[in-house]
Amino acid sequence: MYNKGTIIPGLIIFVLFVTFPIWFNGLTTAGDLPKPELPPGGEKQCVMPADYMRANHMQLLNEWRDNVLRDGDREILEIDGKKYPKGLQMACMQCHTQKEKFCDSCHTYAAVDPYCWDCHLTPNEAASKEATH
Amino acid sequence: MKYAFSFLAVIALVLIAWLGSQIPGMQYLFGVAIPYLAIMIFLGGFVYRVVQWAKSPVPFSIPTTCGQGVSLDFIKQDKLDCPTKTSEVVARMFLEIFMFRSLFRNTKSELHEGPKITYESSKWLWIFALLFHYSFLVIIVRHMRLFLNPVPAWLQFLDFMDAGAALQVGAPLLYASDLVLVLGVVLLFSRRLINRQVRYISLANDYFPLFLIFAIATTGILMRYFLRTNIDIISIKELAVGLVTFSPVISAKIGSIFYIHIFLVSTLLIYFPYSKLMHMGGVFMSPTRNMKNDSRAKRHINPWNDPTIKPHSYAGYEDEFREFMVDAGIPVEKELPPKKDDE
Ligand code: HEM
Repeated sequence: MYNKGTIIPGLIIFVLFVTFPIWFNGLTTAGDLPKPELPPGGEKQCVMPADYMRANHMQLLNEWRDNVLRDGDREILEIDGKKYPKGLQMACMQCHTQKEKFCDSCHTYAAVDPYCWDCHLTPNEAASKEATH
Repeated sequence: MKYAFSFLAVIALVLIAWLGSQIPGMQYLFGVAIPYLAIMIFLGGFVYRVVQWAKSPVPFSIPTTCGQGVSLDFIKQDKLDCPTKTSEVVARMFLEIFMFRSLFRNTKSELHEGPKITYESSKWLWIFALLFHYSFLVIIVRHMRLFLNPVPAWLQFLDFMDAGAALQVGAPLLYASDLVLVLGVVLLFSRRLINRQVRYISLANDYFPLFLIFAIATTGILMRYFLRTNIDIISIKELAVGLVTFSPVISAKIGSIFYIHIFLVSTLLIYFPYSKLMHMGGVFMSPTRNMKNDSRAKRHINPWNDPTIKPHSYAGYEDEFREFMVDAGIPVEKELPPKKDDE
């Protein structure tokens, strides 16, 4: 083998790059699975089944946003006798009151940072804002 | 029809993963066993190919010189295109690898009436290749969010910029790199179809990786935006983190589209070391790029040379045969020493 001095270090760097997740997780001691806390009020019913919500809630919320903000369609949904106005704070967070313990647990794990909360407030934040005004 | 064959091969792969992953118990094969096998073949094959190349001697000093070489003091050397120092070679290689400088020099030739042939600069290949490779790189780096727990901040920043570059459209957010990758593949494929000369020399193994990567990108995009049934990122990430911590589990039902995606990626990894995709390693091993053009200052020793055969200069040659040369009337540089009894 010729040019061992450059080729062997090159190959080592290549293998380290490819195996990056292995040693990175090893070095940082991979964190645990997220454990979202279910609504403190004990509600079991959502606008859609849990499986659907787990995979598609972001698309549903996007649709609601378009309905309300772009089309002015504020129709109140009625599912199994319960009324849900289309809105993150008005519907979802009525039951899922703890963003930090519910939403954030998975979002942090999957490294998604939805821009919804650039404007929307969690119930906790809303309460503290009200207190100061 | 070479593209039809490659296309059918990719369709067959999709079908295998789609149907196969629905058979109970086979999720483990597609989600764990094949990916492990694939990464081992990829790493082993890649290293093997590079070592084989490293074992091949380079008999001559063959850097391609594309500019003025070192000469008299007042003639300016083109340091990048005719490097004589290691630092210049490193700079040349860096730009080759990160900017594809050779492709920048691409020309197209056309035959006109006359017949007259014309050559002109053609930058399309260079632009398409840059779009394609960089978006591919960004997507692979971004995918690390599925394998790393916790996800480092720089990775989230990349994600943020990539979605931001596509103006934060849709949910989940659309990535600019997705659009550019698909665009890049389509352009590179069109080039093979539209450019007659390139089409003539294109083989099935030129089309196959393009189709395969197109299918990987398509399944990825479908999974993220359209076919979200049972695409719960948490259970997918659980599997992905499990794979890299050697404790893979498939704890929930994951949609077929995921198994198709990962099976196509496994195929790409397995195919890699056997194919032209090895240009990823090969670019580092190209003597025409990684050698210094200093063959006049430093003798390049051919590793094939028989060490028992010593260099033989003309002076030495004349010393050996002077008498016979003089005898035969061949002019010599140094005359025979005068003989004593000649006086
Ligand atoms: C050559 C390697 C790969 C390429 C080119 C590729 C390409 C893509 C593309 C273009 C997308 C669309 C969304 C995005 O860009 O993030 C995507 C999504 C996805 N890919 Fe890959 N992929 C590759 C490898 C993998 C591997 C090894 C996994 C296994 C964990 C994987 C799992 C996923 C998942 C789960 C999504 C959906 C992400 C989401 O919904 O946020 N991909 N892929």
